[in-house]
Amino acid sequence: MVPLTRGSGAAQTAQPPPSRPGLAEADLVEGLKTSDDRAAEQFVRDYGPAALRVARRFLESEDDAEDAAQEGLIQAIRAIGSFRGDSALGTWVHRIVVNAALKRVGAIERDPTSSLEGMMPVFDRNDCRIEPLHTLVPPVDVLLERRETRAFVRQSIQSLPQGYRVPILLRDIEGYSTREAAEAIGLSEGALKVRLHRARAALKKALEPLFKGGHL
Amino acid sequence: MSHDHRATGDFGRAVRGIMFKLLPFVMTCREFEGFILDYLDDRLSTKARWLFRLHLLFCRDCRAYLAAYRRSVRLNQAVFSDPGAPLPEEVPGGLVKAVLAARSVDADDPDVD
Repeated sequence: MVPLTRGSGAAQTAQPPPSRPGLAEADLVEGLKTSDDRAAEQFVRDYGPAALRVARRFLESEDDAEDAAQEGLIQAIRAIGSFRGDSALGTWVHRIVVNAALKRVGAIERDPTSSLEGMMPVFDRNDCRIEPLHTLVPPVDVLLERRETRAFVRQSIQSLPQGYRVPILLRDIEGYSTREAAEAIGLSEGALKVRLHRARAALKKALEPLFKGGHL
Repeated sequence: MSHDHRATGDFGRAVRGIMFKLLPFVMTCREFEGFILDYLDDRLSTKARWLFRLHLLFCRDCRAYLAAYRRSVRLNQAVFSDPGAPLPEEVPGGLVKAVLAARSVDADDPDVD
């Protein structure tokens, strides 16, 4: 079976638009290593938009997101000497920006007090699941054609408590492995998996209105 | 028109509950819940995967649940991987200036690597 989600995160790179003119990646990296101002400016203009988008996923405040993107880009320029080209520059920058955003998110709650009450699976006294059955569920691509679907999914993610939102962002969106995500936020792999599963269960519950015929 | 009703009625669940007691090798729905993440990551042992799938054969509620769980993960990933999602064409001018200014400070400061 092909794993559903491991390593299939949606947004693992911070690639610049392919049509943007300027230095090629190798020349850009060399320019940054030699402190070329033109290369630095192009780097920010090329990778800044994606860095901002990544930071906005983790931080609600636009100011915080801009600060995190800025920190990430500065750190990337400072560390460019350690870029070996094993991955695309965008992938490398992406990880640095995620780390900068995580610092601003703050410490992940060890024992989240925020409740997911009403969002978890329901079982009867015999440990049998009680689950609604939706008989006419539109396919994912049909759901995606509706503008309100995207807004609803984004809002549903944002409404998760921070201790659950960050694990689901790292694993399912940013493409981190379980181990990488656990290390990034200082949890054990086991704790990360528990958080991720609860977050997905809560998200599934939140998205159920979409599955009831697809209209909100 | 509502398409929302329970996958299995009380009678069906009662029968399943009896089955769990009579056939201890069949995992309960609550036990099944604990294997979902590893199943989707393809990290279950051969035996555990077999037991997981056996439960799915018996349990309509867990089939419905797993389908909705996978659908919501895919939907979430699709929304964020959408190439048409808004990506600001230009970064804020302040961001470019701030990063370039930080570089200038670095260049002037011999303690910065």
